[in-house]
Amino acid sequence: MIVVNTEMVPGKRIANTLGLVQGNTIRAKHFGRDIAAGLKNLVGGELTGYTELLTEARREAVERMIAQANQLGADAIVNVRFTTSAVTQGAAELYAYGTAVQLEQGAPEPMRVPEKL
Amino acid sequence: MDLIIALITTGVLLVLGFTVGGLNERRHFKQLQLQEQALSHIRVNNLKTVTDLQTIAACAMVSGQVVIGTDYFKSMATSLRGLLGGEMKSAQTLMTRARREALVRLLHQAQTMGAAEVWNVRFASSNIGQSTGKKGSRAMQAELFAWGTAIVRDNGVQVTPPPGQAASTPSSRTPPPVPVVLPPIPGA
Repeated sequence: MIVVNTEMVPGKRIANTLGLVQGNTIRAKHFGRDIAAGLKNLVGGELTGYTELLTEARREAVERMIAQANQLGADAIVNVRFTTSAVTQGAAELYAYGTAVQLEQGAPEPMRVPEKL
Repeated sequence: MDLIIALITTGVLLVLGFTVGGLNERRHFKQLQLQEQALSHIRVNNLKTVTDLQTIAACAMVSGQVVIGTDYFKSMATSLRGLLGGEMKSAQTLMTRARREALVRLLHQAQTMGAAEVWNVRFASSNIGQSTGKKGSRAMQAELFAWGTAIVRDNGVQVTPPPGQAASTPSSRTPPPVPVVLPPIPGA
């Protein structure tokens, strides 16, 4: 699955679009990380616990989006965007969405696609 | 007695925040500058439509995520500023740090896949850790996420990582294995 956030797959032609695909996840931060972050907030610096949490959550959302695109039989997802919303205090929704497309198979293939995204 | 202890604690925290926090910030900015220099061979833009399609060898989404908290002194200074109004300098530097760090992480990913360009870079922020501090004290933190499309070219305008860097120089026909989307954070 090619995942890009440009409007088309560079170097390929889009045969048809299959519609919007999306993935989301809502994550709450956990207590242990809060303590570490609270201490870090005294001296400043990166809150690695939260960074990992958000990276993990974002990956989850992307994976769900890709799973949906696979179901539709898509070759690629274009114009991928991310948003977040604050659901309650201390929890965030991460939402990834894009357009699933099928690519023209006959097009010249100068491009190698990563096996696993 | 309680009041004195509270005052002393606050004072110590303020001094600690001011010195260590300031030191951390300066060190971070220095580090950012070095990393940005090392990655300056990758061109970045936020255009949606990629040009020169003939020479594209591979493309994939790259991203960078960071959460940075500010120190106690700056948190206090910001809440004071909230009373008076005006420009919040400390919050501004915090956002700048986070944004630059997220972009550097994105560029690191692009570099590992041997990309010379990143197109359509966007930034988003979240607020999972807001108001972490106790007693309603607002601990400022910036959560920045940057993403874009990295493009590997086939025409010899490949990345030439600066000497001393471990990054592989891909031969024109065989780009290196492209990393997974959102791999573990570098240097975390």
